[in-house]
Amino acid sequence: MLEFLISLLIVTGAGFAFIGSLGLARLKDFYTRLHGPTKATTLGVGCLLIASALYFSLIGQSISLHEVLVTLFLFMTAPVSAHMLAKAALHLRLDSLAKPPEFPLSGHSVQRQDSAKL
Amino acid sequence: MITIAVMIALTLMTLAVALSFWRLLRGPSLPDRILALDTLYINTLALLILLGIHLGSALYFEAALLIAVMGFVGTVAACKYLLRGDIIE
Amino acid sequence: MRQLLPHPLLTPILAILWLLLVNSIESGQIVLGLFLGWLLPKLTIQFWPEQIRIYRPLLLLKFLGIFLLDIILANFTVARLILGSPQSLRPLFVTIPLDVQSGLAISFLANVISLTPGTVSSRVSPDHRYLLVHALNETDPAALIATIKSRYEAPLKEIFEK
Repeated sequence: MLEFLISLLIVTGAGFAFIGSLGLARLKDFYTRLHGPTKATTLGVGCLLIASALYFSLIGQSISLHEVLVTLFLFMTAPVSAHMLAKAALHLRLDSLAKPPEFPLSGHSVQRQDSAKL
Repeated sequence: MITIAVMIALTLMTLAVALSFWRLLRGPSLPDRILALDTLYINTLALLILLGIHLGSALYFEAALLIAVMGFVGTVAACKYLLRGDIIE
Repeated sequence: MRQLLPHPLLTPILAILWLLLVNSIESGQIVLGLFLGWLLPKLTIQFWPEQIRIYRPLLLLKFLGIFLLDIILANFTVARLILGSPQSLRPLFVTIPLDVQSGLAISFLANVISLTPGTVSSRVSPDHRYLLVHALNETDPAALIATIKSRYEAPLKEIFEK
């Protein structure tokens, strides 16, 4: 039963990660491409890591939980890097399928305190 | 059953790495390439975890953790460079 | 008290992270984890002087639960959109006026938006009053803003701000 769950998690996780990369290769402009890797790939790798934690708890003597650490880290960093990339793209004024925003783009004083997330 | 699942997943992840590598070569803009690198390192991390399950060794976890940390720092540094033309101010 | 223990919440969190990292719960590691949890906030207090308060811890737990479900739902949506025809996508930039003001709540909100409903937060205005969001496939910006404000921003405001 647990083996079935692990297999399911592995295949779904890899499937999601693959779909994320497919979005990266397939979509038409930078801002839409950003969506695939930030969401699908993060959840996909999260699934794989949970499967790994279950697997090593199953075959080892003790419960293995340190994969949770990488999962948490990925879920915290993926949106931050997506935000940074989008900011860089807006700064460079990349072509976009969507109408570019009328947003106060001047001034670099946007200081998000990412370190204060815990 | 897990062996078959790992085989399927390894194939999918290899394809995913190939796709992000294609985007890395193709561009067209710098943020696209950084995004491709970002995806590439997350996919590599997944491949390492799968390899760890396949070989039954928990040693690969440390490598995965390091890739996660270094990859994030690299992405942020590259974005900072695009935003301000400098990394350390 | 403030000198000795600058971030009371951070100490147990760091201790738990340390235990996860070494993957064991021996008593020695627990002591070492607590020590690191005390030492690191003390050394890094200069980088984040503001105090973090969570006013509604139970609501935070409930919020995290909803958030987790939304991540999974959002992934199926995004997967469907990626596998469908790229020509039929209607990407859109939306500017969301922010009610939350603290840096922590804004960064929390931006991360939640990036991970959940087909949207990526792209920019905070310099005065912290607007958040620019890119939606993958959206035709009704007003509905999107209303959803984000009621579903994510309102609970966050209650949790982190008085």
